[in-house]
Amino acid sequence: MTVRKGLAVATGVLGELLITAGVVLGLFVVWQLWWTDVVAERAQVTMLAELGWAAPVPAPDDVPDDGIALPQDGEPPVVDRPGPAETFASMIVPRFGADYERTVSEGVTRSGTLDDPGIGWYPHPALPGELGNFAVAGHRVTFGKPFNLIAELEVDDPIIVRTPEVWYVYRVTEHHIVLPGEVSVVAPVPGDPDAEPTEHFVTLTSCHPMFSLRERYIVHGVMDYWAWTADGVPAELAGGA
Amino acid sequence: MYGWIWRHLPGPTWVRVVTTVALAAVVVAVLFSWVFPALAPLMPFNQLTVGE
Repeated sequence: MTVRKGLAVATGVLGELLITAGVVLGLFVVWQLWWTDVVAERAQVTMLAELGWAAPVPAPDDVPDDGIALPQDGEPPVVDRPGPAETFASMIVPRFGADYERTVSEGVTRSGTLDDPGIGWYPHPALPGELGNFAVAGHRVTFGKPFNLIAELEVDDPIIVRTPEVWYVYRVTEHHIVLPGEVSVVAPVPGDPDAEPTEHFVTLTSCHPMFSLRERYIVHGVMDYWAWTADGVPAELAGGA
Repeated sequence: MYGWIWRHLPGPTWVRVVTTVALAAVVVAVLFSWVFPALAPLMPFNQLTVGE
């Protein structure tokens, strides 16, 4: 009798533990799919505000023709080398939405950069303005999903990097899907690790397929021109693109 | 297990219900704030960088 009773209690506790495990797994899914976006988007608003730069992207109506920042000649100024996890630029991609702007921070570790603000810069490739490859990574799903629409990018789409003084306007040249070990995509000349760079490239990396670690979605671009932020906004952001 | 906790909560039923909800909220908060963020990078999905 007591053995049977003990067995019943043990079975009851085991059942409750299993139910608890199921609920915790369910909560993890809720956290991953929903809560990380809530937190990251809130953090992103704060981080963009903390940059303290002028209004992100004025509406087309507010921008008279003379508010266009004209392309400048010569080599672009180079961004100061950022410290660990320092936010040093923002990225504006009209294809991702009319008001799309996300901060870019140093580093591509999950806990340090990518799981909070969004876009992380691979520390070794070039900075905006340097010859070589300005390579960044961003989540395609969850954690604010800054690169959620990366597969929508088309050739010639502008990718605009903003720093306090300078606009760097890149244009998409190609995309491809690679295995995770394909580090040549972040080489100074994408796809050609031994070549000496003579151009300013940009590279975006994200996961592919969504929710998978199997492959990576890669977008390459090349700099079209640079301009001073004091002169206004690039034509691409003034509705005249 | 949960029955044991319920029996050991003090007060009338409505107080126990409030206490239970509060305890559950604390557990969820701990999971969301510390446990899940620590586990997420170990999960076999959502990898987005290239490297060895």
